[in-house]
Amino acid sequence: MTETATDLRSDLASFPTARDPECPFDPPAEYADLREQEGTPSLACPVGVNARVVSRYADVRAALADPNLSSHAAPSTHVVPGGLLDRPVAPGSLLNMDGAGHARLRRLLTPEFTVKRIQALRPYVQGLVDDHLDALLEHGGPVDLVEHFALPIPSLVICELLGVDYGDRDRFQEQTAVLIGTNSDPAALEQANLEVVGFMTQLVLTKLAAPGDDLLGRLIVRAGENGQELSVEELVTLGITLLIAGHETTANMIGLSTLALLRQPDQLAALRADPGLAGTAVDEMLRYLSIVQFGVLRQATGDVTVGDETIKAGEWLVAALSAGNRDESVFPDPDRIDLRRGATAHLAFGYGIHQCLGQQLARVELQEVFVRLHQRIPTLRLAVPFEDVEFKNDALVYGVRALPVTWDEEDNR
Amino acid sequence: MKVRVDVDACVGAGQCVLAAPDVFDQRDEDGMVVLLVEDPPAELEAATEHAALLCPALAIVVER
Ligand code: HEM
Ligand code: SF4
Repeated sequence: MTETATDLRSDLASFPTARDPECPFDPPAEYADLREQEGTPSLACPVGVNARVVSRYADVRAALADPNLSSHAAPSTHVVPGGLLDRPVAPGSLLNMDGAGHARLRRLLTPEFTVKRIQALRPYVQGLVDDHLDALLEHGGPVDLVEHFALPIPSLVICELLGVDYGDRDRFQEQTAVLIGTNSDPAALEQANLEVVGFMTQLVLTKLAAPGDDLLGRLIVRAGENGQELSVEELVTLGITLLIAGHETTANMIGLSTLALLRQPDQLAALRADPGLAGTAVDEMLRYLSIVQFGVLRQATGDVTVGDETIKAGEWLVAALSAGNRDESVFPDPDRIDLRRGATAHLAFGYGIHQCLGQQLARVELQEVFVRLHQRIPTLRLAVPFEDVEFKNDALVYGVRALPVTWDEEDNR
Repeated sequence: MKVRVDVDACVGAGQCVLAAPDVFDQRDEDGMVVLLVEDPPAELEAATEHAALLCPALAIVVER
């Protein structure tokens, strides 16, 4: 995803607005005004239409729970100049489906993401995190934590989930890194896209021929047993959805939250002293950072009530997740990181029927990273001045482009 | 306290299982919510209410 939101303006006539470069972890200051002003304003979006922007926590939840909203346009299309708002929904594209079609597919997939199933993956994730820390320590600082840690871990977790052969994982991981990298040139991107689609198609065909004990294999068997066989196209689209939805998000959370925690030594010390804090810490960082930074786009298919206003059929609506997550009526002192806050009801995974399917997996990955990274490299620190860290201000998923870090010799044990 | 769940509305996000594992579980076959206790004891009431608040599908109803 390299589409960008350009030409952002800093007044309330348009959405989104730019962040204050001095506060790279905070949403644009104007979003606080949005929450305070009455009603749900209609703001111009870069895609070329106006959308009603919902910014208060309670309103975001009410809107996203409303069955009269359609997800047919991709969640961040509003910030993409020239983005397609009426592209037909590809079969298997869970994020863009509505109603019964969405429910059918989501139910076929959900058994793979239950709390129990994901807990069973935890030892695998732990091993993966430890292996990458071993390699980092072996390599020695300074090193880019994004390239060597944040990107490979979620990608390999998805390989494990989908049942990609071990021999193919390096190649798969390289190509997906290009695909979601913001530094890739268009030709490399096109090439990586073709490779990943080809790769996923091959994987699906292999699993169809001999379904194994992995997500795709079980999904194929389950769908067959329910008399709802999935086509190759549906399976490929689903596989790629899981890959993109689960990789870019988790990778950016790892990089950005590490930086934010390094800037808050007291909070980091508390986490290091008490690994039991990891659960609430992860949810607090999800809330605080709200990396799906432009929120999610919907279109009303009937009347939708938000507060005391009615949004009419045909109107576009943006649920500004980052604004809702800083609503002080729900999260006191919202601009402060408080790892003990217990902010589990945040909006970083969305709300309603599309609420992140992979959220338990994301939590486990981030928990293991939070605990192990700082325990094994207690002297971890930035290797460049903070001002030199580049933020992905235009990317649909917020994060840092690179995170050069280093540590004291004594951690290399 | 009385608890009801609406399995048709559930989207299997598992928030309830994390919040109140003694009250909610998920079915192995489709990941949908299972109510383990209909009238949770006093010590589980707070967690049960929190689960209802978290549920993204408004599939948990708590009556006092
Ligand atoms: C920190 C990590 C993550 C964040 C912040 C995140 C965020 C989100 C958000 C905001 C949505 C809702 C989109 C909408 O309402 O239009 C969503 C949906 C989704 N996410 Fe995640 N996600 C993360 C990790 C993952 C992982 C690890 C996976 C799976 C491997 C995953 C798979 C999905 C899928 C399949 C959907 C679509 C669900 C549906 O449409 O029913 N996500 N995610
Ligand atoms: S929190 Fe709600 S949607 Fe999620 S599993 Fe429980 S009942 Fe279902």
